[in-house]
Amino acid sequence: MSEFDQLYRELILDHYKNPRNHGLLEPADARAEGQNPLCGDEVTVSVRLGDRDVIEEVGFDGRGCAISQAATSMLTDLVKGRTAQEVAAMEKDELLDELGIPLTPVRLKCAILGLGVLKLALHKAKGTPLPDEWGVAARDLVLE
Amino acid sequence: MQIGAGRQGYDGPVAVTTDRKLDAHRLRADFPIFEQTFHGKPLAFLDSAASSQKPRQMLDAMNDFYETSYANVHRGVYALAERATEALELARHKVQTLLNAPSAREVIFVRNATEAINLVAYAWGLVNLKPGDLVVVSELEHHSNFVPWQYIAHRTGAGFRMIPLDDHGELRLGELDAIAAGGDVKVVATGVVSNSLGTMNPVEALATWAHEHGAIMVADGAQSAPHMKMDVQALGCDFVAISAHKMCGPSGVGALWGKAELLESMEPFLTGGHMIRSVGDDETTWGELPHKFEAGTAPMAEAVGFGAAIDYLTEIGFDAIEQYEHELAAYALGRLAELPWVTTYGPPAERRAGIVSFNVDGVHPHDVAQVLDFDGIAIRAGHHCCQPLMRKLGVAATNRASFYVYTIPDEIDRLVEGLHKVKKAFG
Repeated sequence: MSEFDQLYRELILDHYKNPRNHGLLEPADARAEGQNPLCGDEVTVSVRLGDRDVIEEVGFDGRGCAISQAATSMLTDLVKGRTAQEVAAMEKDELLDELGIPLTPVRLKCAILGLGVLKLALHKAKGTPLPDEWGVAARDLVLE
Repeated sequence: MQIGAGRQGYDGPVAVTTDRKLDAHRLRADFPIFEQTFHGKPLAFLDSAASSQKPRQMLDAMNDFYETSYANVHRGVYALAERATEALELARHKVQTLLNAPSAREVIFVRNATEAINLVAYAWGLVNLKPGDLVVVSELEHHSNFVPWQYIAHRTGAGFRMIPLDDHGELRLGELDAIAAGGDVKVVATGVVSNSLGTMNPVEALATWAHEHGAIMVADGAQSAPHMKMDVQALGCDFVAISAHKMCGPSGVGALWGKAELLESMEPFLTGGHMIRSVGDDETTWGELPHKFEAGTAPMAEAVGFGAAIDYLTEIGFDAIEQYEHELAAYALGRLAELPWVTTYGPPAERRAGIVSFNVDGVHPHDVAQVLDFDGIAIRAGHHCCQPLMRKLGVAATNRASFYVYTIPDEIDRLVEGLHKVKKAFG
């Protein structure tokens, strides 16, 4: 398989060209936006929560590279039905396994942008914890 | 120094040039980086505006300094320390000649152009700016010549204004008087060449305008010094900042040139060893120029490499370099114009340096750069440290191909072929 086909495998391009759960929810119980300062990728995520803070609906909007937008699309499918606490505790590797593509450190930031924004939205709405590795600058940045 | 004498790395026979026209195929052999492949393909390095590749002559000069002449400079009385000091001061003299600076005392070694600008912003700006004053930059600025001034303006209460761009990405000088009506213009700071669009700014006219208002003129020469003859006296500036790494020199060293009377009037930026005259228990007096602004151990080997890089480029000739880059920019713009789904930004080729920013319709620059990388083509994708400019262009990011003395038209052809692949994959 060529390097192109490994990175931009069919599933990634499909999510990029036909994003799932696209469009923001109005009203929403949780919402946040974030940018990747390296390349200006933008993602906004909105969530509707049910009993026990279970994610019933999720919608996103954004602009950026295929990896950032496809990863966010796949993420939205993945988290439906999970509680806010479960998503806060979700390891990035779970999303990366789902993506199933080789990522350089730079592209890794693209891939996990949506997950970070979703965790931030839940943090703002429900006080769920943010990843330990986030420094003050990262929190400020996505809080803009 | 003999240039183009390195091993044959890339392709083609070597043509002997008798005139001052640049022979990129021949120069390419001086750059060891081209002896390897990436993703199985020869490297098409189209990211020289971020940092240039290094000729063997420069690397040898640094290595030779470490092997034969290395000791800490200035303070030692032994022969080796004197040899090291001579090497550092020779490098300073080469920077002076490069910039046509009146005196070597006015050449201060710093880490890079960013540090040079911060030096001026802190050591001059923090003391001399106050509420009611204006700092004027342009919408084109690299963050290096934007953020320090924005920050110091906020700290001092001075106003911060941008000279707007026209549709070609060139400065609208007609707006200057309206800007000046808003306060006392004290600093005008612009790049000589834009790192994003390749725009060549009218620095001489801006310097005249700045001086008419009693302001200092600070020029960021990081993107111009590699590509054209720089003459700080003809430019009429008060300060000029350059970086070695963009002009075949090593990372970690750059230079600030400033007018002696301004530098003399300023307090130091960094304090510590070497920059002192005498240190008392309660008070310290500062050393003479340039040492007052060179606290701590200097980047000695890097300065020697900087000097060797200046020799290398001088041997090629800055007129030849500038001419060649215009030709490459014109060729690239022409080839990209064949692609109706590609948008290019910036002025026409005759008014720009060897930099071409563009976007592929509907494809994010990261994806463009990634697909090109699979073919061994290195371009930059992002905001190029110019977020204000990106907002002006109404884009989040662009692709940027930039050229230097070792760039050959074949690499631009490979870029265009690669863009066809991008379009096919994402279109």
